[in-house]
Amino acid sequence: MQRIGVFVCHCGTNIAGTVDVKAVAEALKFEPGVVVSTDYQYMCSQAGQEMIKEAIIENKLTGIVVCSCSPRMHEATFRKTAAAAGLNPYMVEIANIREQCSWVHKDIPTGTEKAIILGKAAIAKVNLNAPLTPGESPVTKRALVIGGGIAGIQTALDIADAGFPVDIVETKPTIGGKMAQLDKTFPTLDCAACILTPKMVDVATNDKIRIFSYSEVSEVNGFVGNFDVTIKRRARYVKEDICTGCGLCTEKCPQKKVPNEFNLNMDNRRAIYIPFAQAVPKVATIDPESCTMLKTGKCGVCSKVCTVGAIDYNAKDEFITEKYGAIVVATGFNPISMDKFDEYAYSQSKDVITSLELERLMNAAGPTGGTLLRPSDGEHPHTIVFVQCVGSRCDSCAEKGKEYCSKICCMYTAKHAMLIRDKYPDTDVYVFYIDVRTPGKNFDEFYRRAVEEYGVHYIKGMVGKVSPEGGKLKVRASDLIDGKQLNIDADLVVLAAAIEPDKSARPLATMLTASMDTNDFFTEAHPKLRPVESPTAGVYLSGTCQGPKDIPETVSQAGAAASMVIALLCKDKLTGNPCVAHSDEMMCNGCSTCEKVCPYGAITYIDKEFRMPDRTTKVRRVAQVNEAVCQGCGACTVACMSGAMDLKGFTNKQIFAEVDAICK
Amino acid sequence: MQNKKELQKEQILRMSGVNPRKCMRCGKCSGTCPSYDEMEYHPHQFVYMVETGDLEPLMNSDSLYKCLSCFACVDRCPRNVEPAKLIEALRLTVIREKGKNHLKSDDIPALLDDEMPQQAIVSAMRKYSK
Amino acid sequence: MKVNYFPGCTLRTKAKDLDFYARECAKILGIELVELPDWQCCGGVFVTSSDEIASKLSCARALVASRDDNRALVSVCSACHNVIKQTNHAIKNDAKFADAVNRYLAQDEEHSDPYFGETEVLHYLELLRDKVGFDKIREAVKNPLTGKKIAAYYGCLLLRPGKVMAFDDVENPQIMEDFIRALGAEPVIYPARNECCGGYIALEDAASAKKKSDTVSHSAANHGADMIVTACPLCKYNLTKNESPLPVVYFTELLALALGVKENDDAE
Repeated sequence: MQRIGVFVCHCGTNIAGTVDVKAVAEALKFEPGVVVSTDYQYMCSQAGQEMIKEAIIENKLTGIVVCSCSPRMHEATFRKTAAAAGLNPYMVEIANIREQCSWVHKDIPTGTEKAIILGKAAIAKVNLNAPLTPGESPVTKRALVIGGGIAGIQTALDIADAGFPVDIVETKPTIGGKMAQLDKTFPTLDCAACILTPKMVDVATNDKIRIFSYSEVSEVNGFVGNFDVTIKRRARYVKEDICTGCGLCTEKCPQKKVPNEFNLNMDNRRAIYIPFAQAVPKVATIDPESCTMLKTGKCGVCSKVCTVGAIDYNAKDEFITEKYGAIVVATGFNPISMDKFDEYAYSQSKDVITSLELERLMNAAGPTGGTLLRPSDGEHPHTIVFVQCVGSRCDSCAEKGKEYCSKICCMYTAKHAMLIRDKYPDTDVYVFYIDVRTPGKNFDEFYRRAVEEYGVHYIKGMVGKVSPEGGKLKVRASDLIDGKQLNIDADLVVLAAAIEPDKSARPLATMLTASMDTNDFFTEAHPKLRPVESPTAGVYLSGTCQGPKDIPETVSQAGAAASMVIALLCKDKLTGNPCVAHSDEMMCNGCSTCEKVCPYGAITYIDKEFRMPDRTTKVRRVAQVNEAVCQGCGACTVACMSGAMDLKGFTNKQIFAEVDAICK
Repeated sequence: MQNKKELQKEQILRMSGVNPRKCMRCGKCSGTCPSYDEMEYHPHQFVYMVETGDLEPLMNSDSLYKCLSCFACVDRCPRNVEPAKLIEALRLTVIREKGKNHLKSDDIPALLDDEMPQQAIVSAMRKYSK
Repeated sequence: MKVNYFPGCTLRTKAKDLDFYARECAKILGIELVELPDWQCCGGVFVTSSDEIASKLSCARALVASRDDNRALVSVCSACHNVIKQTNHAIKNDAKFADAVNRYLAQDEEHSDPYFGETEVLHYLELLRDKVGFDKIREAVKNPLTGKKIAAYYGCLLLRPGKVMAFDDVENPQIMEDFIRALGAEPVIYPARNECCGGYIALEDAASAKKKSDTVSHSAANHGADMIVTACPLCKYNLTKNESPLPVVYFTELLALALGVKENDDAE
């Protein structure tokens, strides 16, 4: 028989406001096994923990129940408390009487009754608890960063700086991400390339960092400290170690009409190409969709002009497998498609562009050499209209756009407007806004400068419709402050398109078993206190894959993710979770169901010799759990038809005891 | 009096199925409204004034009859507020009262021409009269 | 293929061409339009208030009859289609409204089982696109309208509210353009094609209607169209009455021309 102590927490008025905590402590006193039951204002406080420790020692307790907040909050705290008093930490059970009780009930009698029932269930479970000892696993001292934008670059540099090897996997032929496409950056207006490309070079020259560009993660196995990752290196038909990046092939390739995605298809590149001058790695890539040689076997110009013999038309995709201790997701964002917002005529006029397209049109390395020209006729635009929040802040019932604020648009639009007014003072610039959101250091000052010093017309009101008529874009909008409907003949309309996570994020999340929200942003372990960790151990988040962010924020988060990774890689051993599955071999009938449902690949089948009652031996096929890989999800225990699989710490018996206690 | 106003607002919200609190005051409805110039109160003002309970001026305004029910505001609203439905509910609340028909059948012959399709007449009667 | 046909009041009087050519072309394309024996006027506009029941019963009766015939309900007039489709949507999605409608219908002398929005409601253009197929129409064309630049005018009723009508993309529709292409002509895309002509306001505020109609017809003309094609008698009236610089024809007339049902009188 266990000797159980019950500790009921007030949590100030959080619990005590709707639960009569004294009555709960009193009622639980008479449950089987309970030898002491008491209440206290803040159980998690130093004094509260001391109280528990003393009670354990004084009453020789073998198990405790803490009726308090969610185990997600303080289970670890009370396990440590128990351990400090010499009790096995897995003899601690939490009855959640806050989130699942006091916060959801309004009257004291109901709250109290439910708290008592929850307490009884926890006591019933502790009565069946057994001490558990977690195993240990080693840590592979290498990190994987998925995504080579500014987030991935910064994370990799910081981890490498601490002395750990890092691999970056990037789907594009070069690292650099969206930041490489930008012209200037707010709020200081330094040129994006000028501050980014030195970091790219740092990555390239750092001997701790390997770049797998034009590659993607295709399989992830293992667990924190011990991930096995398969990386697909797509065939680029150019030998990366031989190519010098001279660019001769990209000038001689006869296939000139391939839309250049780096310039958002506003000009063309060749079938063999280097995305931009400062690309890292500075290596050519053949686009197999457009290459005549790869499609028809007739051409071979690039191979002829290459002086080092780097072209390899027979290259195949390669798969490499590597071990990692930690994985950082930095998959970034894209602007959403403007298909569902054609009231702004994006599909009807070349002169309606997105803000990212404008970045390229203003960039010295862009399709117009940095001179702002209308895409339709190459003329200088005299009237430019910016439309904010296109696809952001949409109600879900509107069935288009995103519910969230994309966060970066207010600032980059102020930047665009300011730069245009600075360079082309003869241009009228209108910004139609709903709210101007500028919370950030020197952000509001920046926006005010656009208005006050540069004379950008900020108009409160959303544009209703853009009509291409007679070479102009007729912009119809309401001026909510003046109470007028405006009709502006614009030469260029720039849409601040909402941003969304990269499409690769969803399948990656599945591979990593990392959770996502409904918008496909990765979920953090705690929205305030663990913002760079995924709830999946060993998986960290960097940059816009977690939510919209500007560059300063992305870089801070990248550093934070790196520090979490470093803290992990510094450890030699990790303590595992002892609540893992266990198969009773005598009951196992070898059906393989558990193996099929296990999401972690923790179950294998072996042929094992058994001694039968009649002293003969028999070889039977039975399930075996790899405790280091098992995450304790319990899928196998419910799938097992013979009842052989059980989860330590959450055995079928324990669960039934809890249910019985509730239903009694 | 206050009570009557509240009841009327509630009824208008129920009839229209519109929740004006969803409005983020972007004014896209008014930006896109083809009848903006003919209106004293504009679509976004209908939404705002219903929310604040300021129904009287709206119900006395000719703006009620300037809405074309073209639904541009409904489809373009990013918050799915559906201003046209709100305007319709207000208009109905007015014309359902005795003697408040905006268009009387006796007025119609004078408004017709030879080509005017029946569709125009029945539609206008539906919108303007009870 | 047999479908039920709801012509609507205007098609019996001012818009006879819209109706006549729809019927003639259907014959060629192998569709049997079965006119509902005792259809009643749709009311011209759908009153959006959920407590407005009686004005929607005529459509409900047409829908019930089609459900009982196990046939889709097709109309040609944009307004009829809009009102029928919106009524059906309301019955399908608003249980309270459906209940009220069914209680009314149960009072009819001859009444059927309660109705919950089972009928498939189609516009004639949808019938052409989804049931006949524009490829088949292209094959059936005898006099391709080669060289004609035609501006499709959707107006509001075919498209909006988008979630209910589910006719095409509300801001960038393609169905009429595809139809025009199938007839061998060239569609002209212009921004006002989904803007309102002024609609019923023509009755009491002609100036207001003129403003809207002008926007539409001038936009089509500025984009180089030779003619405007519509499915709505009121759109046609407003544009024509307000001296559209381009001729305005019904899409069924266009279809009839291409299929050789109608003689080209070169009026356009």
